[in-house]
Amino acid sequence: MSPKRIVLRFGTDISVKPIVYRLVKDYDLVVNIVKADVNPQKEGTMILEVTGEQSEKGLSYLRDLGVSVQALNQEIVRNEEKCVMCGACTGLCPTGALYMERPSMEVLFDGDQCVFCQLCIKVCPMKAMEVRL
Amino acid sequence: MSVEKTYAEINAKIKAGKAIVVTAEELIALVEEKGLSQATQEVDVVTTGTFAPMCSSGAFLSFGHTTPRMKMQKVWLNGVSAYTGIAAVDAYIGATEMPDDDPLNSNYPGEFRYGGGHVIHDLVARKPVKLKALAYGTDCYPRRNLETTITLDDINEAILFNPRNAYQNYNCAVNLTDRTIYTYMGMIKPQLGNANFSTAGQLSPLLKDPHFKTIGVGTKIFLGGGVGYVAWNGTQHFPSMINEEGQELGSAGGTLAVTGNLKQMSPRWLVGTSYLGYGATLSVGIGIPIPILNEEIARYAAKKDEELFAPIVDYGAAYPSFTPGNLGYVSYAELKSGKIKVNGKEVITAPLSSMPRAREIAATLKSWIQKGDFLLTEPVKALPSPADGFIAHSIKEA
Repeated sequence: MSPKRIVLRFGTDISVKPIVYRLVKDYDLVVNIVKADVNPQKEGTMILEVTGEQSEKGLSYLRDLGVSVQALNQEIVRNEEKCVMCGACTGLCPTGALYMERPSMEVLFDGDQCVFCQLCIKVCPMKAMEVRL
Repeated sequence: MSVEKTYAEINAKIKAGKAIVVTAEELIALVEEKGLSQATQEVDVVTTGTFAPMCSSGAFLSFGHTTPRMKMQKVWLNGVSAYTGIAAVDAYIGATEMPDDDPLNSNYPGEFRYGGGHVIHDLVARKPVKLKALAYGTDCYPRRNLETTITLDDINEAILFNPRNAYQNYNCAVNLTDRTIYTYMGMIKPQLGNANFSTAGQLSPLLKDPHFKTIGVGTKIFLGGGVGYVAWNGTQHFPSMINEEGQELGSAGGTLAVTGNLKQMSPRWLVGTSYLGYGATLSVGIGIPIPILNEEIARYAAKKDEELFAPIVDYGAAYPSFTPGNLGYVSYAELKSGKIKVNGKEVITAPLSSMPRAREIAATLKSWIQKGDFLLTEPVKALPSPADGFIAHSIKEA
């Protein structure tokens, strides 16, 4: 059975709960944490690879808790032609994947840190951030 | 003996290829190294730059006449309405205008993907633009309908005329409420979740000549990648005040009305811009040369981020309700560091104004002047300065 790759997003209330432990213990899932981040505002994002017969039940448990669960089959790319390096995205990107080099104030994008929340797609004033399927 | 130079002397040096031109950031380094007097003697021109969303921008377009003739009464460019109540085939396309069928904020927060600023960007990128016009018909202008495609090269004139650009300074926006807000200062998260600012700081043109000693009506500038001119003071021109310690404070300060031939500008420096939940606008690149006529002008031009301040304003409640006051002042050095303190809390900062692009403009203008193809113009009329005491009025309702 090939693992499901999923993105989880959750708020302050979930950050303090042992949700991964529950997936393993209650649903007998093999869980590989690819990426995890809780920002200073205590909002969390996590990318998991999940294997097991009860994976759908496990994901339902997460959804019932109020966790946003999305399949991971896309990536975010920056259109270098359109980006003017204003920096508007850098104060909002939850994981720091979009960040400023100082003192040059150039905007850099580290795709490895991206958790596909797509906030940059909405807030980029130049529409320079794009989803690639 | 203090240095005094004239425009004529500096222009003679530019023509001879002997002028010393530095960017505002290079001047700061030079003053730190050699002192103000020496830097004033050595430097002839300082170049500044800014690239940011600038509302109150737009272009006058004169399409040329149709056969038979038509006195256009309503005009749309790619579905975006342009104001044609000025003449038969003249129209003004404003940066913030939206298509008639745009959902706007009915699906909050709206996306505002394509507006007047995007039309200007497409025109200057030489893309074909759909022109639709309606008219009521007259004896001399009988035609009533037109639907065609134009390009910037097809039409007779295209004059960028921005009534308010290059804000001297601007607010640092935060949000003290419990909900996320979508503003012209970007998306601001609740309870001081982030802070946005929009000035190039030590490269910003009007912060480097706060008393309008050299920038005035007729000043030749870098505008949208081409050459433009200062036409007048901008609307809402309220030059900054100085506090008791001599700090340049002010909330927004002075502004410029600028103009130039759109046909010689570039899509890199006039970019259609969308603010989630707010609207569309145009990002404009502006660079202004400051002649170093004396030490006082050099002293202001050498002001650095540590000495330039922005007021922190709550856009959740205070700004929309027009409540005066602010949450304190913060330097551009702090803003550019990525973190500031507001009400004792550490807040992440982000600019809306591109520093790399501002630097590129200052460097481009420097190279134009060094090559001898860009001479400085002495203003034909000074703009109101802080000493003139302009005060903003709000609309009175009965």
